[in-house]
Amino acid sequence: MNNILVTKEVTKQFGNHRALDKVSLEIPRNSIYGLLGPNGAGKTTLIRIINQIIHPDRGEVFFDGSPLRPEHISMIGYLPEERGLYKGMKVGEQALYLAQLKGLDKREAKRRLKYWFDRLDIGDWWSRKIQELSKGMAQKIQFIVTVLHEPKLLIFDEPFSGFDPINANLIKDEIIELRNKGASIIFSTHRMESVEELCEYIALIHQSEKILDGKLSDIKKAYKDNSFQVGLRTPDGASLLQELEDKFQLATPVYDAMAKQLDFTVRLPSEDSRELLTFLSSRANINNFEERIPSASEIFIQTVQSKEINE
Amino acid sequence: MNKLLLIIKREYLAKVRNRSFVIMTFLSPVLMVGMVVLIAYLAQLNGNGKQVIGILNESDYFSNAFHSTESTMYVWFFDMDLERAKDSTERAGYEGLLYIPRETDLEAVAKRSFFYSKDAPSTLVLDKLESVFQDRLRQQRLQEMGVSTQDFSSIDHRFEINTSTFLGEQSLKGINEIKMGIGAVFGYLIMMFIIIYGGFVMRSVIEEKTSRIIEVIISSVKPFQLMLGKIIGTSLAGITQFGIWIVCAGLLLLVAMAVLGIEPASLTAGQDVMATAAGDLAPPIPTATDTFSLYFQETLKIPWLMLIFFFMIYFMLGYLIYSSIYAAIGAAVDNETDTQQFIFPIILPLMLGIYVGFFSVFSNPHGPIAVGFSLFPLTSPIVMMMRLPGGIGEGGVPIWQLLTSIVLLIATFMGIVWLAAKIYRVGILMYGKKPSYKELFKWLKY
Repeated sequence: MNNILVTKEVTKQFGNHRALDKVSLEIPRNSIYGLLGPNGAGKTTLIRIINQIIHPDRGEVFFDGSPLRPEHISMIGYLPEERGLYKGMKVGEQALYLAQLKGLDKREAKRRLKYWFDRLDIGDWWSRKIQELSKGMAQKIQFIVTVLHEPKLLIFDEPFSGFDPINANLIKDEIIELRNKGASIIFSTHRMESVEELCEYIALIHQSEKILDGKLSDIKKAYKDNSFQVGLRTPDGASLLQELEDKFQLATPVYDAMAKQLDFTVRLPSEDSRELLTFLSSRANINNFEERIPSASEIFIQTVQSKEINE
Repeated sequence: MNKLLLIIKREYLAKVRNRSFVIMTFLSPVLMVGMVVLIAYLAQLNGNGKQVIGILNESDYFSNAFHSTESTMYVWFFDMDLERAKDSTERAGYEGLLYIPRETDLEAVAKRSFFYSKDAPSTLVLDKLESVFQDRLRQQRLQEMGVSTQDFSSIDHRFEINTSTFLGEQSLKGINEIKMGIGAVFGYLIMMFIIIYGGFVMRSVIEEKTSRIIEVIISSVKPFQLMLGKIIGTSLAGITQFGIWIVCAGLLLLVAMAVLGIEPASLTAGQDVMATAAGDLAPPIPTATDTFSLYFQETLKIPWLMLIFFFMIYFMLGYLIYSSIYAAIGAAVDNETDTQQFIFPIILPLMLGIYVGFFSVFSNPHGPIAVGFSLFPLTSPIVMMMRLPGGIGEGGVPIWQLLTSIVLLIATFMGIVWLAAKIYRVGILMYGKKPSYKELFKWLKY
């Protein structure tokens, strides 16, 4: 049983709008799983189903091998995209209340809160009211409350929105740390950049359907097209370029005569780049030679577009 | 269950610790007692001012027709002409001057009489004077017709029918009104509580929506638990407030009366008037104090325990029904200004209950309208409470009506809470939509 969470053909209809259409996912234990998709794709609906806030019309969800039950709520930590706190309530009281709702007893909740408040350096906020804190400060409290009951599965929906870069980094490190300690993490976002550095697995949701999922490195491998980014230093760029274009499939060549720098992308018929490299090294100094791996964002756009063409 | 308690506790504390709650709780009784004291004080002030009316009588009539009373004093001018009499009346600051000229016969005298005053006189003053003239004129006519005063007073007899219940107890006039008045107070309390605390529930739901904490919470508890906890917690805060008010109002009233030296009796003057008025009408056997004690006994005979028991039932069910509707409204909207279109239909049955209670229950507590509205679940908590002081069973509310109304109320309670919970569940996660009734109906099917 290597998956913490499995969804099988989960479908949810709101009136005339189908929010989720037969979405099946497998979320491996002890990993960071990116749930990607544009706004309105159905990510939040899926997350709400996992949190048992709403129920699917059809399909099943399995948590830790057994069908989702109310008891599982205390094993899931959820940081929603639309999040906030009671404005008039004191920080400590509020954190205690939310922790107790998750099933922690008061004593234990207090102890863990102390630990986290010290860890994120906010110990002196305990008796302040939320309305006195900045947005970023309130986000830290929410992060703590989400992870406090040490859930097996953590779901972060756009966790970095509202954080300045320094604190966003701090939270990112905390998320990685939690994963290292054994938690499984679902990370939902429409900002692809943050996916690259965090996620080992991803799923793309588009217009209520899952259009792609798997291990990020596998997906990238599948989507790479044997393109290489090459930079050469040569006094004789124009004629070399001519020769190259005859032999290989070139794209976007740029020759800077002053710096004697020739840049281009080349696409090979196979992974084998030895022939190209031999040719290049015999003609010019190679500044850089790199295989172009598509970014998550490129994969996403490409998949969505090809899907739309197919339709 | 444990989570429900946590929610109730939080809602209760959030409400009770709120500054406006503390201020309102302690200010309202002060205001209320202040009003009562002010009214009593003003009434006393008004009663103390004795009106003085000057009389310049040049005729042969009326020489002993005006008798000074507690509130009105008559001052007689003699050997004075009208101008001087007016002058001295004004200088002395009297209410006015009644001038009765010298004429050949009574009718002419009456016709030419004048009342002079600085400002337009009050009708109360004029009524008093006019009735003296009328009496005098009637006596004159009777004499002309050859009827003696004694003969006349012997035919001028006021008649009141004697009343009794079938069981043979002498029934007191007005006691039904008193009983229904007590019922009305209960009904009114239920309505006020629903409107005030239903509003609190609604605002609390809106607050959770606007602060966006709602999704954090319902990922830990069921929306229904949250709604229920909120309704119960808020109502406990309300009950606390009522408790504090009752204690404080009582204490302050005692203190204020002791300080200002107002007799407790003067505050219940209204009831005294009612009692004595009824006493006047009653057969001449019981004296005034007897009547009062009879009324007192009769009031004690009202089945208070039964009343309070059913008050609790109707109060709880009514409040739960309405506050769950309020919670659903709070969930459906994004801010308080959008609530208007939904609030009115809620207030309507409550108002209807109160007015139907006042107009039809008072005139006929067991008539078809009163019965209908005391069975209809949205008005029954108010209307039934107005009917109940008359007792249950024979002569009162038939048992089948009471049971039917409670059963209907419970059924409605379950239905409404179920519907409200559905709207609530969907509504709390909807942002930026101004819902229509049609939209709400669609949510029921989600």
